[in-house]
Amino acid sequence: MTGAGTQFVVVAKRDCPTCDLVQPVLREIAASGAPLTVYTQDDPAFPPGLEPVDDRSLEHSWRLGIETVPTLIRVEDGAEAERTVGWDRAEWTRVTGLDPLGAALPDFQPGCGSKSVDPGMPEILEVAFGKPPMRARVIDVHAPEDEHELCFSRGWSDGLPVVPPTPVRVLRMLGGTTRDAQEVVGAIPPNNASCTVEKVAINAVMAGCKPEYMPVVLAVVEAALVPEFAMHGLLCTTYFSGPMVVVNGPVARRIGMNSGVNALGQGNRANASIGRALQLVIRNVGGGVPGGIDRATLGWPGKYTLCFAEDESDPDWQPLSVERGIAPGASAVTLFGAGGLSPNMDEGSRTPESLARSLAMTLDSVGHPKMVGNIDAFIVLSPEHWAIFKEGGWDRARIRAELMAATVRPGAELVRGAGGVDAGVRPELVEDSMPKFREGGLNIVRAGGEAGLMSAIIGGWVASGPRGTTPVTREIRT
Amino acid sequence: MNDGIQLLDPTAETASVRRERRPPPPSLEGLTLGLLDIGKARGNTFLDQIEAHFAGRGLAVKRYAKPTNTRTAPADLAQTIAEEVDVVVDALSD
Repeated sequence: MTGAGTQFVVVAKRDCPTCDLVQPVLREIAASGAPLTVYTQDDPAFPPGLEPVDDRSLEHSWRLGIETVPTLIRVEDGAEAERTVGWDRAEWTRVTGLDPLGAALPDFQPGCGSKSVDPGMPEILEVAFGKPPMRARVIDVHAPEDEHELCFSRGWSDGLPVVPPTPVRVLRMLGGTTRDAQEVVGAIPPNNASCTVEKVAINAVMAGCKPEYMPVVLAVVEAALVPEFAMHGLLCTTYFSGPMVVVNGPVARRIGMNSGVNALGQGNRANASIGRALQLVIRNVGGGVPGGIDRATLGWPGKYTLCFAEDESDPDWQPLSVERGIAPGASAVTLFGAGGLSPNMDEGSRTPESLARSLAMTLDSVGHPKMVGNIDAFIVLSPEHWAIFKEGGWDRARIRAELMAATVRPGAELVRGAGGVDAGVRPELVEDSMPKFREGGLNIVRAGGEAGLMSAIIGGWVASGPRGTTPVTREIRT
Repeated sequence: MNDGIQLLDPTAETASVRRERRPPPPSLEGLTLGLLDIGKARGNTFLDQIEAHFAGRGLAVKRYAKPTNTRTAPADLAQTIAEEVDVVVDALSD
């Protein structure tokens, strides 16, 4: 069976009982006269007497695509002809052509995992020995320089520590999407710099994302680049605003996002890092840096990150994404130019009519109590406040319609000088009534812990609507 | 301590190159001037004054306006201005 051009390759490790078991078989193969090369993954002296090749670097194992040890490969004239894994006498006999073989052994014993496929190893080995798809400029960090400090000193951070974007981490992040690393996602403001999937992945690593967040992060970046969102203006403005991300659909649960207790606060990795990844892309790829093109007078903490999932647990509630045209059951992101949070704590209302009037009081103050028509808002409706509307038979559309009506303001309260405040609308509007929000400018999303008769009003940008920013929804793909 | 860590650059790798300003024209005589209203409130008030000033000197003036201050000028507006005038003044009035 074996000819002049036949040789055998075996990959093994001492830590594997089956590799230990087949030692006599390997000696039988060596004794047959065909050249035998044994690569050993852990102990370079194993198996003794067979002059094993040290493969603790796992380069040979990786190049041979080994997943199980032992693996037996028959090579004919320099090319692989056949392979088998574990110990199976019939298979080894067939592959080697040697019979009898391993007569004293049991017929079959499964192998063990190759060290080259231990968790995290494939990416390490691809970076070390392969051709990973990254093309970004490589920055060398020489000891004793601290790589975390380097990220700060290069201006890559929002002020908090970032995860250093090593090639291995970036390759793992790219594994979270099916998209080509060099595909261009778009031009990132303010510099309109071309941004590839790879650049998004680098910044997602830095933000603390897991690879499975990548499809969400990509959808978020793409949504921010839709012209109607006016990301450039949102960034440049002196106003407080920055992007808020609402995630809908099954992806939120799959990646462990928080729509419940403290949904707008700290503590959930996906919520925190997805919102932060967008901000880092804008900072690092787009060049949008506070004090540079970002001229916010004060800003607000939401500019670090503001991302949460909608609570879709109640089938009576139409998810935000569905209202905005995404098919039920699909996952989507909605971006909103958010400029601050005003609480509404109402523990006294028991009817939807009362609660709507109550929420309207807080809505009236968005931007400024005399500001009408040019600022949007999101209501983040808590479970207990939603329960009051639901018991009264109000759905999303009804709540919005009632709130739109309840926030129509008499001109007499809004004109310059009214209430002793110089700011206001033009005096000739004193007899008019004016809606606080433009049509489509008031949005509702459900989130929050089960306990608490309170909701959040998140005000928009003072340039809301077609002349500035409008909310943008985008389906999440892969 | 690390030993030879490598990081991938998260930026656009487009180190900004400072562009030299064009030298101002030695004289405005015979040139057409453009006045660009960027769309902020009362920018037109300021530009009206400038226009009156230039017109008083017998200079040709053309007015332009961005659709909104929240976005950069559309490419066709920028190109139109470049085509039609020799010098442009844009105004920020906050």
